[in-house]
Amino acid sequence: MNFDIAPEDQAFRAEVRAFITAHLPPDIARRGQHDYHSARDDVRRWMRILNAKGWSAPHWPARFGGTDWSPLRKYIFQDELRRARAPVLDRCALDLLGPVLCTFGSPAQQARFLPPILNGDEWWNQGFSEPGSGSDLASLRTRADLEGDHYIVNGQKIWTSEAHYGDWIFALVRTDQTVKPQAGISFLLIDMKSPGIVRRPIWSIDEGLSLNEIFFDNVRVPAENLVGEPGMGWSYAKFLLTHERTTSAVVSHTKRDVDQVRHLAANARTASGTLLDDPAFSAKLARLEAEVIALEWSVMRVLHAAENDAAGNAVASLLKLRGSELSERAALLAAEALGDHGLAVMPDPEGQHILHHDGLSPGLTDDEAIGVTAKAMFRRATTIYGGASEIQRTIIAKSILGL
Amino acid sequence: MDFNLTSEQEALADSVARFTARDYTFEARSKLIETGTGLNPAHWQTFAELGWLGAGLAEEAGGYGGGPVENMIILEGFGRGLVLEPFLPVALIAAQTLAALPLSILRARLIAEIVAGEAVTVVAHGELAARGAPEHVETLFQNGRITGAKSMVIGGHAANRLIVTARGPGGIGLYLVDPSATGISARRYRLLDNQHAVDLVFDGAPVLETLALPGEGEAAIAAGLAHGLTGVCAEAVGAMDAAIRMTRDYITTRRQFGTTLSTFQALQHRMADMLVELELSRSILYQGIAALDRPGANRTRALAAMKAIVSSAAMFVGRHAVQLHGGIGMTEEYTIGHYYRRLFVIAGQFGGESLHLKTMAGLPRSFWTEAPAAA
Repeated sequence: MNFDIAPEDQAFRAEVRAFITAHLPPDIARRGQHDYHSARDDVRRWMRILNAKGWSAPHWPARFGGTDWSPLRKYIFQDELRRARAPVLDRCALDLLGPVLCTFGSPAQQARFLPPILNGDEWWNQGFSEPGSGSDLASLRTRADLEGDHYIVNGQKIWTSEAHYGDWIFALVRTDQTVKPQAGISFLLIDMKSPGIVRRPIWSIDEGLSLNEIFFDNVRVPAENLVGEPGMGWSYAKFLLTHERTTSAVVSHTKRDVDQVRHLAANARTASGTLLDDPAFSAKLARLEAEVIALEWSVMRVLHAAENDAAGNAVASLLKLRGSELSERAALLAAEALGDHGLAVMPDPEGQHILHHDGLSPGLTDDEAIGVTAKAMFRRATTIYGGASEIQRTIIAKSILGL
Repeated sequence: MDFNLTSEQEALADSVARFTARDYTFEARSKLIETGTGLNPAHWQTFAELGWLGAGLAEEAGGYGGGPVENMIILEGFGRGLVLEPFLPVALIAAQTLAALPLSILRARLIAEIVAGEAVTVVAHGELAARGAPEHVETLFQNGRITGAKSMVIGGHAANRLIVTARGPGGIGLYLVDPSATGISARRYRLLDNQHAVDLVFDGAPVLETLALPGEGEAAIAAGLAHGLTGVCAEAVGAMDAAIRMTRDYITTRRQFGTTLSTFQALQHRMADMLVELELSRSILYQGIAALDRPGANRTRALAAMKAIVSSAAMFVGRHAVQLHGGIGMTEEYTIGHYYRRLFVIAGQFGGESLHLKTMAGLPRSFWTEAPAAA
């Protein structure tokens, strides 16, 4: 064993940091500190900057515009983006759809859809969950019936993140009603401008807008937009959900959150000094940090494990479970650091998505404090989305422990 | 000991439940949030007419002869109904602070106005750096004027009387201040549970009346805050109870994997843990109420233990109520998220778990102080 990071990889981190420092526009970096859902324009501008450098999708194969970086370097790259508070990119396109298209897409689909993703020109949504199909995804009912050279799509998707930005959606649809549930599902690419699509925004408890409901009423989709083989959608979805085994740990996000908590605590005056000197608070922060360190080293183990390595799989399965818990806890601790103001509604001062236009806010001026409670509220969802913690525990019990 | 409500107290609980069932449907509450006031004058009038604003005040103090149990009943119901009006700041903190002052014509008038619903009187006491610690007051009283800053005065936006705590030579005094006076600026915001609060800055603001001289206000504000603490814990108990029932109903109807969620043992055990948190909270709330008239450190310790337990229970129940609802629990248009938001605010209000554990840690503690001395 060798637990040291190679000097070349350290140098790579320095190179990435220097690039971000030189090229991340200051106004975008400042908004990034607020931690609201990134604005469409900020993402687009930043994607174009990254794309000019060839870094907008480094985890894709090099021939599709990615890189040949090692898993560790891909991780370091994401880590530095978070450290710099760069916008959160279109993860549906980059992390989910991209690898599926690179692996299973037709050459025509690859040529049509990958370049606009790399340049931030087209925003993608993921159409998986339905009102009756959350944790039990295989029961989904949105159907696509082939009529001539088009599929006719009818049904409903829900919890679609950022669908108000969406240009396209990749959806799991039922193309065969006669086989067992998993075998009847296909993976379809649908233009969100198609007639028959209605989007409904769903305001969430952070008083922000990122979730949506999408209704499909006789939407015509060219048959060539089906990815791979009909009936293989379930296995593509499983491929997509396991392909990037470490991102769901969101460890770099949480490391950034720990920095934020420390900053807020150092600036929170108490009766006897600052909150950072308070033994009870600093012990909580230290505990969180220790757990984040354990999580990051778990990520390191998975990054260095082969795909079929049993020990690596065992560790990978806990990353989402524990990572999501730490993510929420970090945001709650940031709110606690703000004291009274950590109980206040914090509408995005530069955002377009404000639930109540009453103009009320605690008027905080520290960029690190402005969006803290909105983040703390939204992070309540981390242990629900992307496979709820209950599902993750069942997976660990069944597939790792064999129970 | 007797843990049963009297028939009058049961009638009070029923009356509160009828009010919230009629006036605090989800739609009515949403409409009240949209009006941006956080206080419906008709509701306030109802509180006065039904005697709720004086229900927890002794007759000699100008109330209807009840005590903290009556307030507990009302606030448990308000917690269940997610009531937005600043009942607790006015009827508990302000009224009980006043009731703890020596009898005077002024005291009697101010309490009478509260009980009749004619004045919305709130105490401006907490400061940002205090982080819930009641003794920390930097605001100064000098030459008849107040200078300093008060934080998160709930209901302060609607108040027509302020009782301000300020430090003078000799300690903390209490001062009656007109909120519209010159030298006061207010910044109003909404809390996550949709209550309204203000941060107040006093820059030589004039005082109408001195309610307690420097050094003579400490016991009164401590009494007011003690009642506030038990009140907010009663609200937490009501909100937790409602959240647990709602979650139970949801998982017994929501179907996934061909069966209802309630058949999964992992979820049954979670709900069992939530119920345990609720019942322990209720128990320690009773303990806190029992300690309200105990002297100094005894009361402080009892209330700190209460708030530490209730703060963590509120977060546990609130978080897992949303968790068991899944995505729908995250939405503004579904009730359970509003319970979480209320419980989140309660957990931090008047200091969170950390502050109260620290308070306990700093006090002498023993389980055995009540044993009779050996003959």
